[in-house]
Amino acid sequence: MKDKCCCNDVLNEAKEVVSDIGGTKDRIIPLLQEIQRRRGYLAEDLVNAVAEVTGIKPAEFFSVGTFYSQFRFTPLGKNIVKLCKGTACFVAGADSLIVEAESYLGIKSGGTTPDKLFTLEIVSCLGCCSLAPVVMINGKVYGKMTRARLKELLEEYRK
Amino acid sequence: MKTDIIVGLGSCGIASGAQEVYDFFEKNIGSSDIALKKTSCIGICFQEPIVEVVADGVKTAFGKVDVAFAEKLLEGVKCGKLPETNRIFEDEGTKSFVGPQVKIALKNCGKIDPENIDEYIATGGYEGIKKALTMSGDDVINLLKESGLKGRGGAGFLTGQKWAFLKGAKGDKKYLVCNADEGDPGAFMDRAILEGDPHSVIEGMLIGAYATGADEGYIYCRAEYPLALKRLKIAIAAAEKQNLLGDNILGTKLCFKLHVKEGAGAFVCGEETALIASIEGKRGMPHLRPPFPAESGVNSKPTNINNVETYANVPRILVSGAASFNKYSYGQSFGTKVFALAGKVKRVGLVEVPMGLTIREIVEKIGGGSSTGLPLKAVQMGGPAGGCIPESLFDTPIDYASIGATGAIMGSGGMIVMDSSSCMVDVAKYFLQFTQAESCGKCTFCRIGTKRMMEILERITQGEGTMEDLALLEELADVVGKSSLCGLGQLAPNPVKTTLRYFKDEYIAHIKDKKCPAGVCKPLIKIEIEADKCKGCTACSKVCPAGAITGSVKKPHVIDPAKCVRCKMCIEKCKFGAIRVI
Repeated sequence: MKDKCCCNDVLNEAKEVVSDIGGTKDRIIPLLQEIQRRRGYLAEDLVNAVAEVTGIKPAEFFSVGTFYSQFRFTPLGKNIVKLCKGTACFVAGADSLIVEAESYLGIKSGGTTPDKLFTLEIVSCLGCCSLAPVVMINGKVYGKMTRARLKELLEEYRK
Repeated sequence: MKTDIIVGLGSCGIASGAQEVYDFFEKNIGSSDIALKKTSCIGICFQEPIVEVVADGVKTAFGKVDVAFAEKLLEGVKCGKLPETNRIFEDEGTKSFVGPQVKIALKNCGKIDPENIDEYIATGGYEGIKKALTMSGDDVINLLKESGLKGRGGAGFLTGQKWAFLKGAKGDKKYLVCNADEGDPGAFMDRAILEGDPHSVIEGMLIGAYATGADEGYIYCRAEYPLALKRLKIAIAAAEKQNLLGDNILGTKLCFKLHVKEGAGAFVCGEETALIASIEGKRGMPHLRPPFPAESGVNSKPTNINNVETYANVPRILVSGAASFNKYSYGQSFGTKVFALAGKVKRVGLVEVPMGLTIREIVEKIGGGSSTGLPLKAVQMGGPAGGCIPESLFDTPIDYASIGATGAIMGSGGMIVMDSSSCMVDVAKYFLQFTQAESCGKCTFCRIGTKRMMEILERITQGEGTMEDLALLEELADVVGKSSLCGLGQLAPNPVKTTLRYFKDEYIAHIKDKKCPAGVCKPLIKIEIEADKCKGCTACSKVCPAGAITGSVKKPHVIDPAKCVRCKMCIEKCKFGAIRVI
């Protein structure tokens, strides 16, 4: 984190982010959200550059960034698989889907496959309890999931 | 003749394929006499996707509409003869689902286009604020007190009283906040209101602003609800355009600026002081009250926080009067409550019921009873802060005090029905795992106490628990609740406490008999093939990921318990019901 931002491109991007979102302390969360929207994760160079532009200490950004579950510090895979483990999904057997996805992809929750094709996340509730158990892939919700269908789906996304 | 085709496009509807149906109509209508419209979730989730046809003022709703049925439907609309099948309101199940419900907060959900402010206005929208503007702020607050509306986020504090605190607070600047950080797993009431009727929340806040003197507001909505966020932003922009938000609203002195804040995923932010910290851009950690937000909230200014459903009720009370609301009552609870009914019932969905209806009426009449044929065991109410109410107490009425007496809480409205296939120790572990991960870490008892409780539950579900563990678990549950600063820690032991209270025999079976009665906890179960039922079809051995099943074709197969990982895939696959958990 001590590297000062020397790259003009990053600094320009940071200026753009700050002029879009604002640069006061109450904007820290939206700023981080914008960085994540652009890069897919909280890229250290851009966070530091935004800190420099706003005059807020980088530590404050990282303090907030590490608190909330939405933020991540490693790049995402091409396909983002969110397995819901809300109560309704849990009662409907979400655990077995988690085992299936983890063994099929060979990664644990929060991980990304070495080929960068899939990132797997276990989330608390997607709010589609009537369709439990549900899986969200790249923002699309698939309901009434079974282990066999999940495997088929993942195979489709692999192509 | 003009005909409207209305497609329900809520999150669950879209997930069930409503978007494809909508796209089909958009491409194929080809007639200027047919208008395609959209609405949001009507709550009858088990019939999604739902399409409503309005011809000559006559409404006919169709359920489970896929593209093939949509084609039939469109043909029917064009030749004036609608299909006889899939009509949801002619279905007995739907009738008993809808029958006991009373819609106040959900009045418009599934009926209007949430992205069109004119449709909201046409149903009497923004009449509540106009009425309020003819009254004094105190009169508005008194009307709310008279209605008996209590906070629908779960705590159940009298809303009018809360508003009175803010009105009485000293300060040149006051804030109003809407808590839309619906974090309870298994709850989607607020999402449905935001997606289906965002203006009702905006109008409720506007009335609050007038009554309390606040001039700026925030709706703090979780980022996991992209559609709700989108529709909120559309609604705010439309309201600003019609001078219903901003400066000198409707030509009066009332000014109210409303912002949307996207939450970043922290359950503890449902707690009001943590939510305020988050709005200010900090880590969402709660602080000690007092000072209460009404004295020192957002930016240290007086602030009032209510939940989505609470605000949505306000305009209706203004328009129809306190009596129209408090005529539904039980004890000290008034009006209606929205529940997200899910789990092992036949009909799942969003239901709004009058206070005093019993849990049994909701589960059996509205929900249609068990969906699996297995006997029902409990309902979980109130999410991770709530508790499990056993079947023997299903006659408990929906009322803050009565639900509280069971050890659960009314909560924000998650209601998950469980059958005999749920292990209550496992359920307690599930909720504790959640709160343990979501603890912000500030209070030692919440941070470490829940961790120790979790370890005990893990030991018990692995068959390594002792009776001393049980006593320790009870003691920890007690002290964690008493020694935590905010609601998260205070209520985190509830799932453990209620399952210990009502299902202690299950804990004891795990400890003494080393058995999981529900057949869930893997180290305590064994999977076996019944030789006389097995036809030797080999389906199980093909699907077994561990290669634990052996046997030759047309001969009974055998599971090697040493290799078996108890994934139960063989049970799912077996057509003859020959594999069982023992």
